[in-house]
Amino acid sequence: MSADRLSLWQAAFVIARRDFTAVLFGRAFLFFLLGPLFPIAVAIMAGGIGQKVVEETGRPEIGIAMEAGDVDAMLAAYVRLAPRLGNALPDLVAMKRLQPGEHFDPPAALKGRQGNIAAILSGSPAVPVLTGPPEAIARWQGPLSLIAAGAIGQEPRDYPQIALDNVKVSAAKERSNRLLLAQMAQMLLFLLTMLLAGMVLSNLVEEKGNKIIEILAAAIPMDAVFLGKLLAMLGISLVGIAVWGGLGGSVLWLGREALPDIATPAVGWPAFLVLGTLYFAMAYLLLGSIFLAIGSLAATVREVQTLSMPVTMMQLLVFFFASFALAQPGTSIELAAIAFPLSSPFAMLARAAQNPALWPHAVALAWQVAAVTLFIRIGAELFRRRVMQSGQGRVPAAPGAWRFWRRARN
Amino acid sequence: MHAGLGHPEVSGNTRHPLAIEARGLVKRFGGTVAVDGVDLAVPEGAIYGILGPNGAGKTTTLRMLLGIIDPDAGLRRVLGHERPHEIARQIGYLPEERGLYPAMKAIEAIAFMGALRGLPLAEGRRRGLELLERHGLGHAAGRQIRQLSKGMAQTVQLLGTLVHRPRLVVLDEPFSGLDALNQGKLEEMIRNLAEAGTTVIFSTHVIAHAERLCQGIAIIAGGKVPFAGPVDEARGRIPPQVRLETRALDGDWRKALPANARREGHFWHFSLPESGVEPLLRALIEGEAGIVTLSIERAGLHDAFVEIAGEAAAQAMNRPGEENPG
Repeated sequence: MSADRLSLWQAAFVIARRDFTAVLFGRAFLFFLLGPLFPIAVAIMAGGIGQKVVEETGRPEIGIAMEAGDVDAMLAAYVRLAPRLGNALPDLVAMKRLQPGEHFDPPAALKGRQGNIAAILSGSPAVPVLTGPPEAIARWQGPLSLIAAGAIGQEPRDYPQIALDNVKVSAAKERSNRLLLAQMAQMLLFLLTMLLAGMVLSNLVEEKGNKIIEILAAAIPMDAVFLGKLLAMLGISLVGIAVWGGLGGSVLWLGREALPDIATPAVGWPAFLVLGTLYFAMAYLLLGSIFLAIGSLAATVREVQTLSMPVTMMQLLVFFFASFALAQPGTSIELAAIAFPLSSPFAMLARAAQNPALWPHAVALAWQVAAVTLFIRIGAELFRRRVMQSGQGRVPAAPGAWRFWRRARN
Repeated sequence: MHAGLGHPEVSGNTRHPLAIEARGLVKRFGGTVAVDGVDLAVPEGAIYGILGPNGAGKTTTLRMLLGIIDPDAGLRRVLGHERPHEIARQIGYLPEERGLYPAMKAIEAIAFMGALRGLPLAEGRRRGLELLERHGLGHAAGRQIRQLSKGMAQTVQLLGTLVHRPRLVVLDEPFSGLDALNQGKLEEMIRNLAEAGTTVIFSTHVIAHAERLCQGIAIIAGGKVPFAGPVDEARGRIPPQVRLETRALDGDWRKALPANARREGHFWHFSLPESGVEPLLRALIEGEAGIVTLSIERAGLHDAFVEIAGEAAAQAMNRPGEENPG
């Protein structure tokens, strides 16, 4: 770095710091935080009628398969203790009242389960056995021990030890669950990037309206202006995600008992969350840089809206492409989705949900960083060429096709 | 033609080192040539004006000098560097289209502009407050830009241009939008900068500002620079103007008046003949013209502009003191 100018990163930091604080302490951030409330509110209203049904059908249950007297004793103890247990335990239901000596195979019964039976408690209150997926039954072991103690007598000397019988979800079921997880992750990624890219565009348009862009262009390289703006909005988005993630995570944790089983991503949750954050950053930077370039081409807000529409549509197509590719792992379609920069973050996040290998993510991230760098360079160059070329009131020269389009509209 | 305060090739012979040298700058936008072979040579510590009507190429020239846009052809050297961004800390720039963040406080706006030129924020705030107080705006330091008057906001932006103490200050139409009082203050500020050794270059379409402030000017019209040099040299392009009042309206003495002499009642206006004033005086006295008043005035910069850039360019310029409509 020369002592007579800021380096690219120093200059980007100056821009990012200004934009970050301006947005964070501005009204826009409040709207950004409130934004996700609207779809949630709509979902709650739309789901109001079906709420009861969802509650009935969605809440997991533990089925009791014991001798008739034991079943009744367990249910009576459950009714007695339920107010104190709160949400710590799913509903207990009688699954099968066994005759003395009757054989019962809980794993087989669980595989052919009906309704919302998530686990089966068999044996007897004194020697209970809990059969189910390991992550769930470990959680329920304590409360069930308390109920079993209650079923034996009012004041048991010892709490019965619950024997656990882990039943793995079938491979096919696991694949299906991970596919669902991949789809959900892609959808979330898509919605977040679209929201933020729109915000970055508004920010640039506002800047052009404030006419401050020339001051920036004279002082620092245009690449730094672009980079700073992108990083500021990325920072804002990460704050937003932290707020929403924290709130949402807390709500989900509090209501964890009522949640349906969510598949564990193939790379594991910690790696999946880290990769999700990185792919979000890449998807946002790629799209944001395109939107910034559009902002530089347009002279008015109206033009910005006109120009951004095809990009939004294109991004929708990219999302569909990535969604289509996720169901076809290992095919050339998936490879194409991974190679194409705009769909790459979506495709790779879906891959993280379904495939445990980590090294392809390092390669993909490197590729995406290269694409981001290229996109920012092109955007900055477009900006330099198209915007800073006229005095007061002169319409900047536009590319041929765009000039024709503008003439046609006028 | 490419005149200058010192032609770049002979810049080593000039008394002062050059703050800005430009040779053959060309910029095209599509099929339009916005700037067509501009040469400039601005000595360090000078106040230098670029005069021209709207659309003449002033802003484009300044943007090329600052590195905001690159020329299609030609060379530029600013404070000895061919890439102006590399010496951003030594340059201050006030663009024609004023811009500040409306929600930002005045003091923060100044500090931010300093930060863009490498000044730490805390130092920018300290100097910003100092500058605001020196210019009678200390009370506005904590106010948002949107709460300031236009003149105050413009002053804040100018202070932001100066907060990092640049060696070269470039102002694009700095007087535009200011009332007479603030124009006077700005002129004083520019003089103070030059006295402190800062080079100031500004564009304007108001000749009076350039006439009062500048040691050197470049006249630009249609993207070309027909004249660049000292203000006195521009004035010297046209001979002094004679204003004569006589009691008599006719007589032999009239033969001594130049052919282009224009009469208004008892007044005659004409350029001083190359032969000087003595033969004319002799003819007037001997011919009993009855001299009431006789004055010889040096040509103003406006007249020089008309002479150099042509009537069309002069008409495109607004009269001194008038506001730019565009």
